Amino acid sequence: MLTRTHSLASLAAVALFALSGALPTALYAQDAPAAETTAVEAVEEVEEEEAPAFTTMEEFQALPLEYPKFMVDNLWILIAAALVFIMHLGFSCVETGLCRSKNTVNILFKNVFIVCMGALTYAAWGFNAMYPGDFNGWFAVGSPIANSFAEGDMVGNLTNQYADYTYWADFIFQAMFAATAATIVSGAVAERIKLGPFMIAATILVMFAYPISGSWKWGGGWLDAMGFYDFAGSSLVHAFGGYAALAAVIVLGPRLGKYLSGGKVKPILGHSMPLAAIGVFLLFLGWFGFNGGSVLSADPVLVSLVFTTTALAGFAGGLFAAFTSWIVLKKPDLSMALNGMLAGLVGITAGADSIMPWNAVIVGAIAGILVVLAVLFFDKLKIDDPVGAISVHGICGNWGTIAVGIFGVGEFSLVTQIIGTAAVSVFAFVFSLVTFVIIKAIFGLRVSEEEEIGGLDVGEHGQEAYPDFTPVSEV
Amino acid sequence: MKKIEAIIKPFKLEEVKDALADLGIEGMTVSEVKGFGRQKGHTEIYRGSEYTVDFLPKIKIEVVLSDALLESATAAIVKAAKTGKIGDGKVFVSPVEEAIRIRTDETGEQAV
Repeated sequence: MLTRTHSLASLAAVALFALSGALPTALYAQDAPAAETTAVEAVEEVEEEEAPAFTTMEEFQALPLEYPKFMVDNLWILIAAALVFIMHLGFSCVETGLCRSKNTVNILFKNVFIVCMGALTYAAWGFNAMYPGDFNGWFAVGSPIANSFAEGDMVGNLTNQYADYTYWADFIFQAMFAATAATIVSGAVAERIKLGPFMIAATILVMFAYPISGSWKWGGGWLDAMGFYDFAGSSLVHAFGGYAALAAVIVLGPRLGKYLSGGKVKPILGHSMPLAAIGVFLLFLGWFGFNGGSVLSADPVLVSLVFTTTALAGFAGGLFAAFTSWIVLKKPDLSMALNGMLAGLVGITAGADSIMPWNAVIVGAIAGILVVLAVLFFDKLKIDDPVGAISVHGICGNWGTIAVGIFGVGEFSLVTQIIGTAAVSVFAFVFSLVTFVIIKAIFGLRVSEEEEIGGLDVGEHGQEAYPDFTPVSEV
Repeated sequence: MKKIEAIIKPFKLEEVKDALADLGIEGMTVSEVKGFGRQKGHTEIYRGSEYTVDFLPKIKIEVVLSDALLESATAAIVKAAKTGKIGDGKVFVSPVEEAIRIRTDETGEQAV
Protein backbone atom coordinates (compact mmCIF):
# COMPACT_ATOMS: atom_id res chain seq x y z
CA MET A 1 0.00 0.00 0.00
CA LEU A 2 2.07 2.87 -1.28
CA THR A 3 1.38 6.48 -1.73
CA ARG A 4 0.49 7.10 -5.32
CA THR A 5 3.89 8.19 -6.49
CA HIS A 6 5.56 5.18 -4.95
CA SER A 7 4.45 2.66 -7.51
CA LEU A 8 6.70 4.63 -9.79
CA ALA A 9 9.48 4.49 -7.24
CA SER A 10 9.28 0.73 -7.05
CA LEU A 11 9.15 0.41 -10.81
CA ALA A 12 12.25 2.51 -10.88
CA ALA A 13 13.77 0.21 -8.25
CA VAL A 14 13.25 -2.83 -10.43
CA ALA A 15 14.57 -0.98 -13.45
CA LEU A 16 17.56 0.20 -11.49
CA PHE A 17 18.25 -3.35 -10.56
CA ALA A 18 17.94 -4.41 -14.17
CA LEU A 19 20.31 -1.75 -15.37
CA SER A 20 22.86 -2.12 -12.61
CA GLY A 21 23.74 -5.69 -13.48
CA ALA A 22 25.02 -6.02 -9.97
CA LEU A 23 23.52 -9.49 -9.65
CA PRO A 24 23.87 -10.86 -13.16
CA THR A 25 22.46 -14.31 -12.57
CA ALA A 26 20.43 -16.28 -15.04
CA LEU A 27 17.62 -16.29 -12.57
CA TYR A 28 16.95 -12.58 -12.81
CA ALA A 29 17.79 -12.15 -16.46
CA GLN A 30 14.23 -12.77 -17.60
CA ASP A 31 12.72 -10.13 -15.39
CA ALA A 32 15.10 -7.41 -16.35
CA PRO A 33 14.13 -6.25 -19.86
CA ALA A 34 10.42 -6.23 -19.11
CA ALA A 35 10.94 -4.16 -15.98
CA GLU A 36 13.06 -1.73 -17.94
CA THR A 37 10.36 -1.03 -20.52
CA THR A 38 7.73 -0.65 -17.84
CA ALA A 39 9.76 1.95 -16.10
CA VAL A 40 10.13 3.91 -19.32
CA GLU A 41 6.38 3.75 -19.90
CA ALA A 42 5.80 4.90 -16.37
CA VAL A 43 7.91 7.98 -16.95
CA GLU A 44 5.89 8.80 -20.06
CA GLU A 45 2.69 8.51 -18.03
CA VAL A 46 3.90 11.13 -15.62
CA GLU A 47 4.46 13.50 -18.51
CA GLU A 48 0.95 12.89 -19.77
CA GLU A 49 -0.49 13.66 -16.36
CA GLU A 50 1.15 17.05 -16.40
CA ALA A 51 -0.74 18.01 -19.55
CA PRO A 52 -4.06 16.12 -19.40
CA ALA A 53 -5.47 15.12 -22.74
CA PHE A 54 -9.02 15.44 -21.44
CA THR A 55 -11.09 17.76 -19.29
CA THR A 56 -14.38 15.86 -18.92
CA MET A 57 -15.34 12.30 -17.96
CA GLU A 58 -16.70 11.75 -21.48
CA GLU A 59 -13.42 12.73 -23.09
CA PHE A 60 -11.55 10.41 -20.71
CA GLN A 61 -13.84 7.49 -21.48
CA ALA A 62 -13.28 8.03 -25.20
CA LEU A 63 -9.51 7.65 -24.92
CA PRO A 64 -8.63 4.44 -26.82
CA LEU A 65 -5.68 3.30 -24.66
CA GLU A 66 -5.83 5.15 -21.35
CA TYR A 67 -9.42 4.31 -20.50
CA PRO A 68 -9.18 0.50 -20.92
CA LYS A 69 -5.91 0.52 -18.95
CA PHE A 70 -7.58 2.54 -16.20
CA MET A 71 -10.48 0.07 -16.10
CA VAL A 72 -8.12 -2.89 -15.69
CA ASP A 73 -6.04 -1.15 -13.02
CA ASN A 74 -9.09 -0.03 -11.11
CA LEU A 75 -10.73 -3.45 -11.34
CA TRP A 76 -7.62 -5.09 -9.91
CA ILE A 77 -7.61 -2.73 -6.91
CA LEU A 78 -11.27 -3.58 -6.28
CA ILE A 79 -10.62 -7.32 -6.53
CA ALA A 80 -7.67 -6.87 -4.18
CA ALA A 81 -9.91 -4.99 -1.73
CA ALA A 82 -12.33 -7.92 -1.76
CA LEU A 83 -9.46 -10.35 -1.16
CA VAL A 84 -8.28 -8.30 1.83
CA PHE A 85 -11.83 -8.40 3.19
CA ILE A 86 -11.70 -12.21 3.15
CA MET A 87 -8.64 -12.00 5.40
CA HIS A 88 -11.00 -10.98 8.19
CA LEU A 89 -12.72 -14.34 7.83
CA GLY A 90 -9.27 -15.89 7.94
CA PHE A 91 -8.41 -14.10 11.19
CA SER A 92 -11.76 -15.14 12.65
CA CYS A 93 -11.14 -18.80 11.84
CA VAL A 94 -7.55 -18.83 13.15
CA GLU A 95 -8.53 -17.19 16.43
CA THR A 96 -11.57 -19.38 16.91
CA GLY A 97 -9.68 -22.56 16.13
CA LEU A 98 -6.75 -21.80 18.43
CA CYS A 99 -8.98 -20.91 21.39
CA ARG A 100 -11.38 -23.00 23.45
CA SER A 101 -14.90 -23.73 22.27
CA LYS A 102 -16.41 -21.90 25.25
CA ASN A 103 -15.10 -18.56 23.89
CA THR A 104 -16.11 -18.99 20.24
CA VAL A 105 -19.09 -16.63 20.16
CA ASN A 106 -17.05 -13.95 21.92
CA ILE A 107 -14.15 -14.21 19.46
CA LEU A 108 -16.42 -14.10 16.41
CA PHE A 109 -18.38 -11.21 17.87
CA LYS A 110 -15.18 -9.21 18.32
CA ASN A 111 -14.22 -9.93 14.71
CA VAL A 112 -17.61 -8.79 13.44
CA PHE A 113 -17.36 -5.63 15.52
CA ILE A 114 -13.82 -4.80 14.44
CA VAL A 115 -14.38 -5.09 10.71
CA CYS A 116 -17.60 -3.07 10.83
CA MET A 117 -16.23 -0.43 13.20
CA GLY A 118 -12.86 -0.33 11.42
CA ALA A 119 -14.24 0.47 7.98
CA LEU A 120 -16.78 3.00 9.24
CA THR A 121 -14.34 4.94 11.43
CA TYR A 122 -11.88 4.86 8.56
CA ALA A 123 -14.53 6.54 6.41
CA ALA A 124 -15.36 9.06 9.14
CA TRP A 125 -11.81 9.95 10.17
CA GLY A 126 -8.98 7.57 9.33
CA PHE A 127 -8.66 7.79 5.55
CA ASN A 128 -8.10 11.53 5.54
CA ALA A 129 -5.92 11.37 8.67
CA MET A 130 -3.69 8.79 6.98
CA TYR A 131 -3.58 10.47 3.55
CA PRO A 132 -3.88 14.15 4.43
CA GLY A 133 -1.94 15.54 1.49
CA ASP A 134 0.40 18.27 2.72
CA PHE A 135 0.85 18.04 6.49
CA ASN A 136 3.45 18.41 9.24
CA GLY A 137 4.66 14.83 8.75
CA TRP A 138 3.67 13.60 12.22
CA PHE A 139 -0.03 14.03 12.75
CA ALA A 140 -3.01 15.11 10.70
CA VAL A 141 -6.61 15.69 11.72
CA GLY A 142 -9.06 13.32 10.08
CA SER A 143 -12.33 14.08 8.36
CA PRO A 144 -15.09 12.14 6.60
CA ILE A 145 -14.51 10.92 3.06
CA ALA A 146 -16.19 12.75 0.18
CA ASN A 147 -19.85 11.94 -0.30
CA SER A 148 -20.01 13.05 -3.92
CA PHE A 149 -18.05 15.10 -6.39
CA ALA A 150 -19.16 18.25 -8.12
CA GLU A 151 -19.02 18.23 -11.91
CA GLY A 152 -15.67 20.00 -11.91
CA ASP A 153 -14.05 17.63 -9.37
CA MET A 154 -14.99 14.36 -11.06
CA VAL A 155 -12.10 14.33 -13.49
CA GLY A 156 -9.65 14.97 -10.66
CA ASN A 157 -10.97 12.13 -8.47
CA LEU A 158 -12.45 9.52 -10.78
CA THR A 159 -9.97 9.33 -13.66
CA ASN A 160 -6.27 8.61 -13.98
CA GLN A 161 -5.59 12.19 -12.94
CA TYR A 162 -6.24 10.90 -9.39
CA ALA A 163 -4.24 7.66 -9.70
CA ASP A 164 -4.52 4.37 -11.59
CA TYR A 165 -7.82 3.92 -9.77
CA THR A 166 -10.68 6.08 -8.57
CA TYR A 167 -11.07 7.83 -5.24
CA TRP A 168 -13.65 5.21 -4.19
CA ALA A 169 -11.39 2.30 -5.06
CA ASP A 170 -8.59 4.00 -3.12
CA PHE A 171 -10.76 4.39 -0.05
CA ILE A 172 -12.25 0.90 0.02
CA PHE A 173 -8.89 -0.81 -0.52
CA GLN A 174 -7.31 1.17 2.35
CA ALA A 175 -10.39 0.69 4.55
CA MET A 176 -10.10 -3.10 4.27
CA PHE A 177 -6.56 -2.79 5.66
CA ALA A 178 -7.50 -0.56 8.55
CA ALA A 179 -9.35 -3.06 10.71
CA THR A 180 -6.52 -5.58 10.40
CA ALA A 181 -4.43 -3.90 13.08
CA ALA A 182 -7.15 -4.23 15.74
CA THR A 183 -7.95 -7.78 14.66
CA ILE A 184 -4.37 -8.72 15.49
CA VAL A 185 -4.85 -7.39 19.03
CA SER A 186 -8.12 -9.29 19.34
CA GLY A 187 -6.39 -12.65 18.90
CA ALA A 188 -3.74 -11.97 21.53
CA VAL A 189 -6.18 -10.88 24.25
CA ALA A 190 -8.75 -13.59 23.53
CA GLU A 191 -10.44 -15.71 26.21
CA ARG A 192 -10.19 -13.23 29.11
CA ILE A 193 -10.86 -9.64 28.08
CA LYS A 194 -14.16 -7.91 28.84
CA LEU A 195 -16.09 -7.19 25.68
CA GLY A 196 -17.07 -3.54 26.26
CA PRO A 197 -13.63 -2.25 27.27
CA PHE A 198 -12.07 -4.16 24.36
CA MET A 199 -14.47 -2.52 21.93
CA ILE A 200 -13.54 0.94 23.23
CA ALA A 201 -9.80 0.22 23.05
CA ALA A 202 -10.05 -1.30 19.57
CA THR A 203 -11.97 1.70 18.29
CA ILE A 204 -9.39 4.14 19.67
CA LEU A 205 -6.55 2.11 18.13
CA VAL A 206 -8.11 1.76 14.68
CA MET A 207 -9.61 5.22 14.44
CA PHE A 208 -6.77 7.34 15.82
CA ALA A 209 -3.51 5.43 16.27
CA TYR A 210 -3.37 3.40 13.04
CA PRO A 211 -3.74 6.43 10.73
CA ILE A 212 -1.06 8.36 12.65
CA SER A 213 1.79 5.91 12.11
CA GLY A 214 0.35 5.09 8.69
CA SER A 215 0.62 8.72 7.65
CA TRP A 216 4.30 8.76 8.62
CA LYS A 217 5.05 6.62 5.59
CA TRP A 218 2.08 6.16 3.27
CA GLY A 219 0.72 9.65 3.89
CA GLY A 220 4.06 11.14 2.95
CA GLY A 221 5.16 11.95 6.52
CA TRP A 222 8.54 12.03 8.23
CA LEU A 223 9.43 8.35 7.70
CA ASP A 224 8.68 8.69 4.00
CA ALA A 225 10.85 11.78 3.84
CA MET A 226 13.83 9.93 5.28
CA GLY A 227 13.55 7.16 2.69
CA PHE A 228 11.91 4.48 4.82
CA TYR A 229 10.22 1.76 2.76
CA ASP A 230 7.29 -0.45 3.70
CA PHE A 231 5.56 -1.74 0.59
CA ALA A 232 2.34 -3.21 1.99
CA GLY A 233 2.72 -2.85 5.73
CA SER A 234 5.09 -5.24 7.53
CA SER A 235 5.52 -2.38 9.98
CA LEU A 236 2.59 -0.04 9.37
CA VAL A 237 -0.04 -2.79 9.64
CA HIS A 238 1.53 -5.91 11.15
CA ALA A 239 4.16 -4.67 13.58
CA PHE A 240 1.68 -1.96 14.60
CA GLY A 241 -0.89 -4.64 15.45
CA GLY A 242 1.69 -6.92 17.04
CA TYR A 243 3.11 -4.32 19.41
CA ALA A 244 -0.30 -2.92 20.27
CA ALA A 245 -1.19 -6.53 21.16
CA LEU A 246 1.97 -6.92 23.27
CA ALA A 247 1.05 -3.87 25.37
CA ALA A 248 -2.53 -5.10 25.74
CA VAL A 249 -1.42 -8.54 26.93
CA ILE A 250 1.02 -7.04 29.45
CA VAL A 251 -1.77 -4.92 30.96
CA LEU A 252 -4.27 -7.77 30.81
CA GLY A 253 -2.20 -10.68 32.12
CA PRO A 254 -2.24 -14.36 31.12
CA ARG A 255 -5.23 -16.69 31.01
CA LEU A 256 -6.01 -18.51 34.25
CA GLY A 257 -4.06 -21.72 34.65
CA LYS A 258 -1.61 -21.12 31.80
CA TYR A 259 1.50 -20.49 33.91
CA LEU A 260 1.92 -22.75 36.91
CA SER A 261 4.23 -22.12 39.86
CA GLY A 262 7.75 -23.38 39.26
CA GLY A 263 7.89 -21.98 35.75
CA LYS A 264 5.84 -24.76 34.19
CA VAL A 265 3.65 -23.86 31.23
CA LYS A 266 0.34 -25.65 30.98
CA PRO A 267 -0.81 -25.50 27.39
CA ILE A 268 -4.39 -24.44 26.76
CA LEU A 269 -5.40 -26.32 23.65
CA GLY A 270 -7.21 -24.77 20.74
CA HIS A 271 -10.50 -26.50 20.07
CA SER A 272 -10.38 -26.87 16.30
CA MET A 273 -7.23 -27.33 14.29
CA PRO A 274 -9.27 -27.65 11.07
CA LEU A 275 -10.68 -24.14 11.65
CA ALA A 276 -7.20 -22.79 12.34
CA ALA A 277 -5.94 -24.34 9.08
CA ILE A 278 -8.89 -22.97 7.08
CA GLY A 279 -8.15 -19.55 8.54
CA VAL A 280 -4.50 -19.61 7.56
CA PHE A 281 -5.28 -20.72 4.01
CA LEU A 282 -7.89 -17.95 3.71
CA LEU A 283 -5.35 -15.43 4.98
CA PHE A 284 -2.87 -16.71 2.40
CA LEU A 285 -5.47 -16.19 -0.34
CA GLY A 286 -6.24 -12.72 0.95
CA TRP A 287 -2.56 -11.85 1.02
CA PHE A 288 -2.47 -11.94 -2.79
CA GLY A 289 -4.78 -8.94 -2.58
CA PHE A 290 -3.00 -7.37 0.39
CA ASN A 291 0.38 -7.36 -1.37
CA GLY A 292 -0.75 -7.66 -4.98
CA GLY A 293 -3.16 -4.75 -4.63
CA SER A 294 -0.50 -2.65 -2.97
CA VAL A 295 1.18 -2.33 -6.35
CA LEU A 296 -1.68 0.16 -6.82
CA SER A 297 -2.09 -0.74 -10.47
CA ALA A 298 -2.45 -3.91 -12.50
CA ASP A 299 1.12 -3.53 -13.77
CA PRO A 300 1.82 -6.99 -15.20
CA VAL A 301 5.47 -7.17 -14.18
CA LEU A 302 5.14 -5.90 -10.63
CA VAL A 303 1.91 -7.69 -9.74
CA SER A 304 3.36 -10.97 -11.02
CA LEU A 305 6.59 -10.43 -9.10
CA VAL A 306 4.65 -9.55 -5.94
CA PHE A 307 2.45 -12.66 -6.23
CA THR A 308 5.55 -14.79 -6.64
CA THR A 309 7.56 -13.31 -3.78
CA THR A 310 4.52 -13.28 -1.49
CA ALA A 311 3.66 -16.92 -2.08
CA LEU A 312 7.25 -18.19 -1.96
CA ALA A 313 7.91 -16.41 1.34
CA GLY A 314 4.70 -17.82 2.85
CA PHE A 315 5.59 -21.35 1.76
CA ALA A 316 9.16 -21.03 3.01
CA GLY A 317 7.83 -19.73 6.33
CA GLY A 318 5.49 -22.70 6.73
CA LEU A 319 8.18 -25.22 5.89
CA PHE A 320 10.87 -23.73 8.10
CA ALA A 321 8.53 -23.24 11.05
CA ALA A 322 7.45 -26.86 10.71
CA PHE A 323 11.01 -28.14 10.73
CA THR A 324 12.09 -25.74 13.46
CA SER A 325 9.30 -27.02 15.70
CA TRP A 326 10.23 -30.60 14.78
CA ILE A 327 13.87 -30.04 15.77
CA VAL A 328 13.36 -27.81 18.82
CA LEU A 329 10.20 -29.44 20.21
CA LYS A 330 10.85 -32.97 18.93
CA LYS A 331 7.44 -33.03 17.23
CA PRO A 332 6.12 -31.34 14.08
CA ASP A 333 3.58 -28.90 15.52
CA LEU A 334 0.72 -28.03 13.15
CA SER A 335 -0.11 -24.75 14.87
CA MET A 336 3.52 -23.69 14.51
CA ALA A 337 3.55 -24.60 10.80
CA LEU A 338 0.39 -22.52 10.36
CA ASN A 339 1.94 -19.61 12.27
CA GLY A 340 5.00 -20.06 10.04
CA MET A 341 3.03 -19.55 6.82
CA LEU A 342 1.66 -16.30 8.23
CA ALA A 343 5.12 -15.32 9.49
CA GLY A 344 6.57 -15.71 6.00
CA LEU A 345 3.76 -13.63 4.53
CA VAL A 346 4.18 -10.89 7.14
CA GLY A 347 7.93 -10.97 6.51
CA ILE A 348 7.72 -10.38 2.77
CA THR A 349 5.02 -7.72 3.01
CA ALA A 350 7.47 -4.82 3.35
CA GLY A 351 9.51 -5.82 0.34
CA ALA A 352 7.25 -7.92 -1.87
CA ASP A 353 7.94 -5.64 -4.83
CA SER A 354 11.64 -5.10 -4.26
CA ILE A 355 12.98 -8.44 -2.99
CA MET A 356 13.66 -10.99 -5.70
CA PRO A 357 12.07 -14.45 -5.48
CA TRP A 358 14.99 -16.47 -4.07
CA ASN A 359 15.70 -13.77 -1.51
CA ALA A 360 11.99 -13.81 -0.67
CA VAL A 361 12.43 -17.50 0.14
CA ILE A 362 15.24 -16.57 2.54
CA VAL A 363 13.13 -13.81 4.13
CA GLY A 364 10.21 -16.23 4.58
CA ALA A 365 12.43 -19.02 5.91
CA ILE A 366 13.99 -16.77 8.55
CA ALA A 367 10.52 -15.53 9.51
CA GLY A 368 9.43 -19.16 9.90
CA ILE A 369 12.32 -19.92 12.24
CA LEU A 370 11.86 -16.65 14.14
CA VAL A 371 8.19 -17.19 14.79
CA VAL A 372 8.69 -20.54 16.54
CA LEU A 373 11.47 -19.16 18.73
CA ALA A 374 9.42 -16.04 19.47
CA VAL A 375 6.38 -18.05 20.57
CA LEU A 376 8.56 -20.06 22.98
CA PHE A 377 10.31 -16.86 24.15
CA PHE A 378 7.07 -15.03 24.97
CA ASP A 379 5.80 -18.09 26.84
CA LYS A 380 8.99 -17.95 28.95
CA LEU A 381 8.20 -14.32 29.77
CA LYS A 382 4.63 -15.37 30.73
CA ILE A 383 3.19 -13.22 27.98
CA ASP A 384 0.16 -15.27 27.07
CA ASP A 385 -0.76 -14.95 23.40
CA PRO A 386 -3.20 -17.74 22.48
CA VAL A 387 -2.75 -17.38 18.72
CA GLY A 388 0.87 -16.25 18.46
CA ALA A 389 -0.13 -12.83 17.10
CA ILE A 390 2.72 -10.93 18.75
CA SER A 391 5.29 -13.32 17.29
CA VAL A 392 3.73 -13.52 13.83
CA HIS A 393 2.85 -9.88 13.30
CA GLY A 394 5.16 -8.03 15.70
CA ILE A 395 8.45 -9.87 15.46
CA CYS A 396 8.15 -10.95 11.83
CA GLY A 397 6.83 -7.50 10.89
CA ASN A 398 10.07 -6.04 12.28
CA TRP A 399 12.10 -8.66 10.47
CA GLY A 400 10.36 -8.09 7.14
CA THR A 401 10.93 -4.36 7.31
CA ILE A 402 14.60 -4.81 8.16
CA ALA A 403 14.90 -7.41 5.38
CA VAL A 404 14.16 -4.69 2.82
CA GLY A 405 17.39 -3.02 3.93
CA ILE A 406 19.28 -6.27 3.41
CA PHE A 407 17.72 -7.80 0.27
CA GLY A 408 15.80 -4.94 -1.32
CA VAL A 409 16.80 -4.05 -4.87
CA GLY A 410 16.99 -0.28 -4.94
CA GLU A 411 17.97 2.59 -2.68
CA PHE A 412 17.18 1.19 0.73
CA SER A 413 19.06 1.91 3.92
CA LEU A 414 19.27 -0.73 6.61
CA VAL A 415 19.54 1.94 9.31
CA THR A 416 16.48 3.80 8.03
CA GLN A 417 14.52 0.54 7.90
CA ILE A 418 15.46 -0.20 11.52
CA ILE A 419 14.56 3.33 12.63
CA GLY A 420 11.23 3.11 10.80
CA THR A 421 10.10 -0.24 12.14
CA ALA A 422 11.27 0.70 15.65
CA ALA A 423 9.39 3.99 15.49
CA VAL A 424 6.14 2.35 14.43
CA SER A 425 6.52 -0.47 16.98
CA VAL A 426 7.31 1.86 19.87
CA PHE A 427 4.47 4.20 18.92
CA ALA A 428 1.98 1.30 18.73
CA PHE A 429 3.23 -0.16 22.02
CA VAL A 430 3.10 3.11 23.96
CA PHE A 431 -0.22 4.26 22.51
CA SER A 432 -1.78 0.88 23.22
CA LEU A 433 -0.24 0.69 26.71
CA VAL A 434 -1.65 4.09 27.68
CA THR A 435 -5.04 3.26 26.15
CA PHE A 436 -5.37 -0.07 27.94
CA VAL A 437 -4.08 1.26 31.27
CA ILE A 438 -6.63 4.09 31.23
CA ILE A 439 -9.46 1.78 30.19
CA LYS A 440 -8.44 -0.71 32.86
CA ALA A 441 -8.55 2.05 35.49
CA ILE A 442 -12.00 3.26 34.40
CA PHE A 443 -13.86 0.08 33.41
CA GLY A 444 -11.66 -2.85 34.37
CA LEU A 445 -10.30 -5.09 31.65
CA ARG A 446 -10.69 -8.71 32.72
CA VAL A 447 -13.76 -10.82 33.14
CA SER A 448 -14.24 -12.44 36.58
CA GLU A 449 -12.45 -15.71 37.34
CA GLU A 450 -15.80 -17.43 37.41
CA GLU A 451 -16.69 -16.14 33.96
CA GLU A 452 -13.27 -17.03 32.53
CA ILE A 453 -13.70 -20.61 33.72
CA GLY A 454 -17.28 -20.83 32.47
CA GLY A 455 -16.39 -19.20 29.16
CA LEU A 456 -17.05 -15.77 27.70
CA ASP A 457 -19.75 -17.07 25.36
CA VAL A 458 -22.23 -17.51 28.17
CA GLY A 459 -20.65 -14.86 30.41
CA GLU A 460 -20.57 -11.97 27.91
CA HIS A 461 -23.20 -12.99 25.37
CA GLY A 462 -25.50 -15.53 27.04
CA GLN A 463 -24.99 -17.74 24.00
CA GLU A 464 -23.24 -20.95 23.06
CA ALA A 465 -21.40 -21.62 19.83
CA TYR A 466 -22.15 -25.34 19.71
CA PRO A 467 -25.33 -25.99 21.71
CA ASP A 468 -26.14 -29.24 19.92
CA PHE A 469 -22.74 -30.74 20.60
CA THR A 470 -23.24 -30.90 24.37
CA PRO A 471 -22.42 -34.43 25.45
CA VAL A 472 -25.42 -36.38 26.77
CA SER A 473 -23.66 -36.97 30.08
CA GLU A 474 -23.55 -33.22 30.76
CA VAL A 475 -27.25 -32.52 30.15
CA MET B 1 -29.52 -62.26 36.81
CA LYS B 2 -26.12 -60.75 36.43
CA LYS B 3 -24.77 -57.51 35.05
CA ILE B 4 -21.56 -57.47 33.03
CA GLU B 5 -19.67 -54.18 32.79
CA ALA B 6 -16.90 -54.44 30.27
CA ILE B 7 -14.39 -51.61 29.75
CA ILE B 8 -12.77 -52.14 26.36
CA LYS B 9 -10.72 -50.39 23.71
CA PRO B 10 -13.05 -48.29 21.55
CA PHE B 11 -12.11 -49.92 18.25
CA LYS B 12 -13.08 -53.36 19.65
CA LEU B 13 -16.74 -52.39 20.14
CA GLU B 14 -18.01 -53.89 16.87
CA GLU B 15 -16.34 -57.25 17.47
CA VAL B 16 -17.58 -57.50 21.05
CA LYS B 17 -21.10 -56.51 20.05
CA ASP B 18 -21.17 -59.15 17.28
CA ALA B 19 -19.78 -61.83 19.60
CA LEU B 20 -22.55 -61.12 22.16
CA ALA B 21 -25.22 -61.01 19.47
CA ASP B 22 -24.07 -64.45 18.30
CA LEU B 23 -24.90 -65.77 21.79
CA GLY B 24 -28.45 -64.45 21.44
CA ILE B 25 -27.99 -61.47 23.71
CA GLU B 26 -30.56 -58.95 22.55
CA GLY B 27 -29.61 -55.72 24.20
CA MET B 28 -26.81 -53.72 25.70
CA THR B 29 -25.93 -50.20 26.76
CA VAL B 30 -22.76 -48.57 25.54
CA SER B 31 -21.10 -45.40 26.79
CA GLU B 32 -17.98 -43.46 25.91
CA VAL B 33 -15.91 -43.22 29.07
CA LYS B 34 -12.45 -42.10 30.09
CA GLY B 35 -10.11 -43.61 32.64
CA PHE B 36 -6.83 -45.31 33.33
CA GLY B 37 -5.50 -48.51 34.83
CA ARG B 38 -1.98 -49.84 34.82
CA GLN B 39 -1.62 -48.48 31.28
CA LYS B 40 -1.62 -44.90 32.66
CA GLY B 41 -1.85 -41.92 30.27
CA HIS B 42 0.53 -40.49 27.74
CA THR B 43 2.26 -37.18 26.99
CA GLU B 44 1.18 -34.76 24.28
CA ILE B 45 2.67 -31.44 23.17
CA TYR B 46 1.01 -28.18 22.07
CA ARG B 47 2.94 -25.11 20.96
CA GLY B 48 6.04 -26.15 22.81
CA SER B 49 4.53 -27.19 26.13
CA GLU B 50 4.09 -30.81 27.18
CA TYR B 51 1.06 -32.06 29.05
CA THR B 52 -0.10 -35.45 30.25
CA VAL B 53 -3.33 -37.04 29.17
CA ASP B 54 -4.21 -39.15 32.25
CA PHE B 55 -7.61 -40.36 31.18
CA LEU B 56 -7.74 -42.34 27.98
CA PRO B 57 -10.93 -42.87 26.01
CA LYS B 58 -12.58 -46.29 26.48
CA ILE B 59 -15.95 -47.86 25.79
CA LYS B 60 -18.07 -49.29 28.60
CA ILE B 61 -20.55 -51.97 27.66
CA GLU B 62 -23.27 -52.89 30.15
CA VAL B 63 -25.24 -56.09 29.64
CA VAL B 64 -27.76 -57.64 32.02
CA LEU B 65 -28.40 -61.33 31.36
CA SER B 66 -29.58 -64.59 32.87
CA ASP B 67 -27.15 -66.57 35.01
CA ALA B 68 -27.08 -69.32 32.39
CA LEU B 69 -25.59 -67.04 29.75
CA LEU B 70 -22.98 -65.45 32.01
CA GLU B 71 -20.01 -67.71 31.44
CA SER B 72 -20.26 -67.82 27.65
CA ALA B 73 -20.86 -64.06 27.50
CA THR B 74 -17.81 -63.12 29.57
CA ALA B 75 -15.70 -65.55 27.57
CA ALA B 76 -16.95 -64.06 24.31
CA ILE B 77 -16.18 -60.49 25.48
CA VAL B 78 -12.67 -61.39 26.64
CA LYS B 79 -11.95 -63.24 23.39
CA ALA B 80 -13.26 -60.47 21.15
CA ALA B 81 -11.68 -57.56 23.06
CA LYS B 82 -8.22 -59.06 23.54
CA THR B 83 -5.24 -57.62 21.68
CA GLY B 84 -2.66 -58.85 24.17
CA LYS B 85 -1.30 -55.35 24.67
CA ILE B 86 -1.59 -53.20 27.76
CA GLY B 87 -4.85 -51.24 27.96
CA ASP B 88 -7.22 -54.00 26.77
CA GLY B 89 -9.57 -53.25 29.65
CA LYS B 90 -11.49 -55.20 32.31
CA VAL B 91 -14.73 -57.10 32.80
CA PHE B 92 -16.76 -56.78 36.01
CA VAL B 93 -19.69 -59.01 36.98
CA SER B 94 -22.26 -58.17 39.64
CA PRO B 95 -25.63 -59.58 40.74
CA VAL B 96 -28.83 -57.83 39.68
CA GLU B 97 -31.87 -58.01 41.97
CA GLU B 98 -34.62 -57.04 39.61
CA ALA B 99 -35.36 -55.97 36.05
CA ILE B 100 -38.55 -54.46 34.67
CA ARG B 101 -39.47 -53.88 31.00
CA ILE B 102 -41.24 -50.53 31.07
CA ARG B 103 -43.51 -51.11 28.07
CA THR B 104 -45.02 -54.39 29.28
CA ASP B 105 -44.39 -54.43 33.05
CA GLU B 106 -42.63 -57.80 32.63
CA THR B 107 -40.14 -58.52 35.42
CA GLY B 108 -37.14 -60.74 36.12
CA GLU B 109 -35.35 -62.66 33.35
CA GLN B 110 -38.37 -62.09 31.07
CA ALA B 111 -37.48 -58.41 31.06
CA VAL B 112 -33.79 -58.58 30.09
